[in-house]
Amino acid sequence: MKKLIIYSIIFLFSGFTFAQEDVTIKKDTTKLDEIIVLGRRKLSNYRQEKTLSSIDEYLEKANKVTMIKRGNYAWEPTINNMNSDRLNVTIDGMQIFGACTDKMDPITSYVDVSNLEKVSVGSGQTGTENGHCVGGGIDLKLPASKYFESGLKTSIDLGYETNGNYKTGGLDMEYSSSNFYINTDGIFRKSDNYEAGNSQEILYSQFLKYNISLQTGFKINENHSIDANVIYDKATDVGYPALPMDVSLAEALITSVTHNYSNDSTFIKTLETKLYFNTITHIMDDSKRPDVPIRMDMPGWSDTYGFYSKATTNINKHKLALNFNGFYNRSLAEMTMYPNDSNQPAMFMYTWPDIRTFYTGVFAKDDFSLNDNETLSTSIRLGYHNNIIAKDVGLESLQIFYPEIDDTKSRFLTSIASDYTFKKKSYDVSFGLGYGERAPSVSEGYGFFLFNSFDSYDYIGNPTLKNEKAIEVNAKANFHNSKFHIGVEASYFHIMDYIIGDIDASLSPMTIGANGVRVYKALSNASIFDVYLNSSYKFSKSFSVNGTLGYNYGTGSNNENLPLIKPISYLAEFSYSTTTFNSAIQLEGNGNQSNYSSFYGEDETPAYGVLNFNLGNVFYTNTNKWILKYGVENILDANYSTYADWNNIPRQGRNFYMNVSFVIH
Amino acid sequence: MKFKYILPILLITLFTVSCSTDDNDAPIINEIENLIKIQDIANATHTIELFNNTGDFKTGYNNVSIRIKEKASSIYIKNAMLSWMPMMQMPTMQHSCPKSEITKSVGKETVYEGFVIYQMTNADGSGWSLTVNYSIDGTDYTASSDIVVLQSEKQNTTSFMGSDDSRYIIALIEPNEPKITINDLKVGLFKMKNMMTFPVVEDYTIALDPRMPGMGNHSSPNNTDLSYNAEDHMYHGDLSLTMTGYWVLNLKLINNHGDVLKGEDVTEEHTKSSLYLELEF
Repeated sequence: MKKLIIYSIIFLFSGFTFAQEDVTIKKDTTKLDEIIVLGRRKLSNYRQEKTLSSIDEYLEKANKVTMIKRGNYAWEPTINNMNSDRLNVTIDGMQIFGACTDKMDPITSYVDVSNLEKVSVGSGQTGTENGHCVGGGIDLKLPASKYFESGLKTSIDLGYETNGNYKTGGLDMEYSSSNFYINTDGIFRKSDNYEAGNSQEILYSQFLKYNISLQTGFKINENHSIDANVIYDKATDVGYPALPMDVSLAEALITSVTHNYSNDSTFIKTLETKLYFNTITHIMDDSKRPDVPIRMDMPGWSDTYGFYSKATTNINKHKLALNFNGFYNRSLAEMTMYPNDSNQPAMFMYTWPDIRTFYTGVFAKDDFSLNDNETLSTSIRLGYHNNIIAKDVGLESLQIFYPEIDDTKSRFLTSIASDYTFKKKSYDVSFGLGYGERAPSVSEGYGFFLFNSFDSYDYIGNPTLKNEKAIEVNAKANFHNSKFHIGVEASYFHIMDYIIGDIDASLSPMTIGANGVRVYKALSNASIFDVYLNSSYKFSKSFSVNGTLGYNYGTGSNNENLPLIKPISYLAEFSYSTTTFNSAIQLEGNGNQSNYSSFYGEDETPAYGVLNFNLGNVFYTNTNKWILKYGVENILDANYSTYADWNNIPRQGRNFYMNVSFVIH
Repeated sequence: MKFKYILPILLITLFTVSCSTDDNDAPIINEIENLIKIQDIANATHTIELFNNTGDFKTGYNNVSIRIKEKASSIYIKNAMLSWMPMMQMPTMQHSCPKSEITKSVGKETVYEGFVIYQMTNADGSGWSLTVNYSIDGTDYTASSDIVVLQSEKQNTTSFMGSDDSRYIIALIEPNEPKITINDLKVGLFKMKNMMTFPVVEDYTIALDPRMPGMGNHSSPNNTDLSYNAEDHMYHGDLSLTMTGYWVLNLKLINNHGDVLKGEDVTEEHTKSSLYLELEF
């Protein structure tokens, strides 16, 4: 293994390089200018059919991204079959960490499409611009400064979906002059319980959310400008049908101030410095469930302070980017249980015992154009990561399991990646190699009796875990002519000290009815592989067909399949589009999940396929613009669940929807 | 007067004055700080003051601090020898309970200390009396009074018949303030030799299995069975508590031949040992 690492590093430095994938999903909701750029949108993503899709729905369309669903809200993104512990999810470079010990609040649930301009997804080590990861990075980009001199612009979005009586409303107002702009938007979403196929009501799948944001900027002079951004997001009454508890409040305040410097005539071309703070409150409770073994409250809090400073410059054929960043996070979660025997006192424990995480690191990237056809890009991130258990109670409770630990743990993290791309007019190939490390997440390191309803085990964190390390190889090839396109991309990850829960039969579960206790341990290694084949054919200027086929594989050194590995997946779409009208019919499905992981609590999920149909119109009245999107999802009303549905919760049945957007210039 | 006569007088005066000055400067230490008076027991000459942390006697382990005040001078006696005899008056008989010797508290001048373990009480707290016998400078005294012993909410002591036909008393002593961690568990074990004598039982083993009945009888890891410590004559073990709340410490008493005298293993069907103590925090 050491040899492999050494060879890999030599390989990296010798200048051979690899695929760097940066899937960019253009948002096309309230910032409506984007929507009509159909061509561009189709290039990056041909499956966008709703203007008011949630971020979750947007993300799900990317090849390597799958959303784990515990309900109809707050889906957890995975990249390359790796979930949030192995990803680095940021909001415009800002670190932000969910406050729920049960992953009910992925970061993506605290922003809405109205806040963002685009979502940048980096597979594997190409996702390390803002932090360390193994599986990849997701950066939810806030809109860039807009000194457009366009005056006041207002847009209104309204959406309705029959399934779940789902109502959405959005309002966006923007004023911009040559040296000042202000943009404010709000969005509101409310859904009742949805129905799976055959009119099966899924109880506790309702949600209510609103999100408001304000972004403003001021240009001091040609070279300097200041931006400020505030996002407030609040979800209440969120049901999680796959879990034993719901959420009565998930609230986030996300703030930042950014200074931008740009100058073409100096060595540093751009310098962007941001100071930020965000705070999350997450209240999990079970007050709406009629029948529980024991009543409990599980609130959690997460506060993060941080900064980054990004510089770019060009030296000859090198495009250099440098990012120096740091953050300080406080994660605290507790659990109070109320015994059925009212004579007994409430039971209390810290499930995240006030863990402070401090990180500082530096990232450098070089894009080197070897010649007109070849590009070599290399990136490196080095960081210092430190955890402190701030509460004595927390340290003492973990010492029940690890008597020898003390309250501090420091790590050094390294990430390095290199990509080589060869591009000609009709084809391109790229090859990439990477090595990356990550620190255990707060739950993996310090969680205390975290119940996982997926396998029905209580999980105990392990402060003595080593860094998880991954060697990654990826390759991509595309061939296209004026009508036909075919592309294949594949990634292979060899992950060492792969962190996963291991059954400890000697421990007694805390949760009533749990199967037992798993302690986070490390498999000596695990392998994850995925490959996707994309193709499209244009019959005419407006009529085209495209298809995607994917295969994923994951296994551990214990010869067990890894959990949550996507089975064979496919998508086929026929689409027709003109500048003012578009329509598509798509078939999407998965094969039978034959390589399921019973060892980690999975069962076999049968194959499924669903049929969707969508339509879109754009028309103008005076200077105003209307955009209409409507369609039917799951036309055949299939009752199905996918491998990524927590506890096999069935997905939505037939759903008619309509989104209307109105832009007033 | 010659100087040679005056000098010794001066010196003596000086020393005397110095000494008394020292005495006056010595800080008056409050030796009963943080203690609450339970009650006084008086006789003709002295008042026996009884203190502990709560101001009440309760069933179970009671650590008691004692002062003896001479009524005439209001001075606290520093050189008394004490012993005591708690007594429960039942309708047909009377009995005592396990108790320690009384010794001078470490680092204190006027405070004496000992423990007493009340294994039961009447519902209204009545029935117990306490007799304190003490001697000061070779003179013996005695003082006696009824005392109130309240019933503890949780079972922190229990009296039981072992399979060897001996009656035992077991009492929880520590942790005083349980925490979510591995606590030092200290338990006293006494044999009821007769109604008045309760010697410490040595070298047995007490198996420990803490459970939370409110959480489906959840247990905790890394507990250790209690073993006898010859220094303090108590049984010590590790008690890990994973959360606050109500805990049942299921016990099994095992003698030095390995025979189980009382208690059973906790299983799905048998959720509680017949020998247990309770804890709540």
